[in-house]
Amino acid sequence: MPEINNFTMNFGPQHPSAHGVLRLVLELDGEVIERADPHIGLLHRATEKLAENKTYLQNLPYMDRLDYVSMMCNEHAYCLAVEKLLGLEVPRRAQYIRTLFDEITRVLNHLLWLGAYALDVGAMSVFLYCFREREDLMDVYEAVSGARMHAAYYRPGGVYRDLPAQMPQYVASPYRDARRLESLNANRQGSVLDFIEDFTRRFPGYVDEYETLLTDNRIWKQRTVGIGVVDAERAVQLGFTGPMLRASGVAWDLRRTQPYAAYADLDFEIPVGSTGDCYDRYLVRVAEMRQSNRIIAQCVDWLRKNPGPVISDDFKVAAPPREEMKTSMEALIHHFKLFSEGMSVPAGEVYTAVEAPKGEFGIYMISDGANKPYRMKIRAPGFSHLAAMDEMAKGHMIADVVAILSTMDIVFGEIDR
Amino acid sequence: MTDALENLRQTLSAKLGDSLHEARLERAELTVELTPEALLATCLWLRDDPACRFDMLIDVCGVDYAEYGDGSWEGPRFAVVYHLLSLPHRQRIRLRVYADTELPIVPSVVDIWAAANWFEREAFDLYGILFDGHPDLRRILTDYGFVGHPFRKDFPLVGTVEMRYDADQGRVIYEPTRTEERVVVPRIIRSEEEGRYHARNQ
Repeated sequence: MPEINNFTMNFGPQHPSAHGVLRLVLELDGEVIERADPHIGLLHRATEKLAENKTYLQNLPYMDRLDYVSMMCNEHAYCLAVEKLLGLEVPRRAQYIRTLFDEITRVLNHLLWLGAYALDVGAMSVFLYCFREREDLMDVYEAVSGARMHAAYYRPGGVYRDLPAQMPQYVASPYRDARRLESLNANRQGSVLDFIEDFTRRFPGYVDEYETLLTDNRIWKQRTVGIGVVDAERAVQLGFTGPMLRASGVAWDLRRTQPYAAYADLDFEIPVGSTGDCYDRYLVRVAEMRQSNRIIAQCVDWLRKNPGPVISDDFKVAAPPREEMKTSMEALIHHFKLFSEGMSVPAGEVYTAVEAPKGEFGIYMISDGANKPYRMKIRAPGFSHLAAMDEMAKGHMIADVVAILSTMDIVFGEIDR
Repeated sequence: MTDALENLRQTLSAKLGDSLHEARLERAELTVELTPEALLATCLWLRDDPACRFDMLIDVCGVDYAEYGDGSWEGPRFAVVYHLLSLPHRQRIRLRVYADTELPIVPSVVDIWAAANWFEREAFDLYGILFDGHPDLRRILTDYGFVGHPFRKDFPLVGTVEMRYDADQGRVIYEPTRTEERVVVPRIIRSEEEGRYHARNQ
């Protein structure tokens, strides 16, 4: 009988379901995975080293580029770290705006995840539906910050500016007629808050659509039920956070257990799974989208009733208003110093974390009192999740590797940093 | 929250004795500095003791203190910082272990928290800190065949080599980088008495 050797296969770095640049070395026994060894770092940009050489404000846009699917949550963790070092109070309205956009970001992230996951497992149409809704939320990003993805909207001390009073509208173009233009602009007549409110009313129906396509779908269940099972104890041991941990039955959510921003005042539920397989993680994320929608609606309601400042009035941290700079010498000097030398941050060290869509996104910052961080460590949730790849994939078939990889919600921007 | 951490601080001080350098509560965060010899026993105790139950390892990272405070740092150059989280008690703690400059080596905590595996590989890759007892201490983020530890303060920001395709040799080659490091905003430390806008080192 001929000797049969294990077969070693390269998955990626250029593979449509590698979610970016992952090289996965798979050791196979027939079609069964014996060992999975992820080789990461192909997108390593040394963000932490760059941060040591940039001022606090210059570092902020780098945060968008870490987990480039949940941009504003990364900014939030960074701003919390700087604010904690400075001992800075953030205006209440800014905290609500941050909460609103954290949840919009969560919906954006889960929509991309759902679409990509369905695509990986073999369902094309969900992807198209998800991107339809993402488009609306991207427009909200653009309306407040001018950028659809890399917003740099949160700043230490608050947010860059208040929500605009007018939602930007589509303009006439040779490619769309007057009737189409009118229907596109129908829900864009009012403010940004009106547009978001309209979205929250439509969104539960959309989630029902995705669930109709997937939740009871026989093929979907065959591909996800019982795949990549992690029990609660093991999930904690492996450092899982976010939906990965909750799907295993651990009700841990920083929004509830260590509330930040305005979460303590809001009403929402934490969905928890029971078996910890891919199907549970799907259900948890879909339920989270519905909860996020509830939070968004509550934030919109509060923001309508409570006008106020959206950024700290400590001009050594946040820029003074533009009008004031025209008349006040001091405001002008503050502005100049802030954008040339940057802010000075007291010496010390802090760790701040937010519940990003993928899990606990943390910033550990050491300051020695300079205008640049001395050391900044980014704790990315995906890093711990991908580290468990070997354990989760062992004993599964090659086709399941794609399902497991995708269920982790991997984004290489944050893993490689 | 802070009271609970203060209690924990006192329990730790009593338990650890000499192996504890320092335990301080700052900005509502508890930082404990340990000797490397005491690390494993302390971690095990922190994980299993009913009053602690730090069952999750959130983060491990290396720190290079070589240029801290413009060279005013007097302790050992390297440190490894652990962030632990207790799910039952909703608490966090930070452990710090200093490592020798010449051969930075600390015991590995992989056997206590499986999550440490990749974090320790990362600290090894970026800072050259060795973790005694780690099952698979390979580089993780840098390129295959990378030389040096890029996050050390004496490693240039622009790197040491650059890569290009050489048409004559028909392959990709590495050569010393020609990029010059450019500092647009200088690093400035201002002392607190002088106010934030008075330079000390200018």
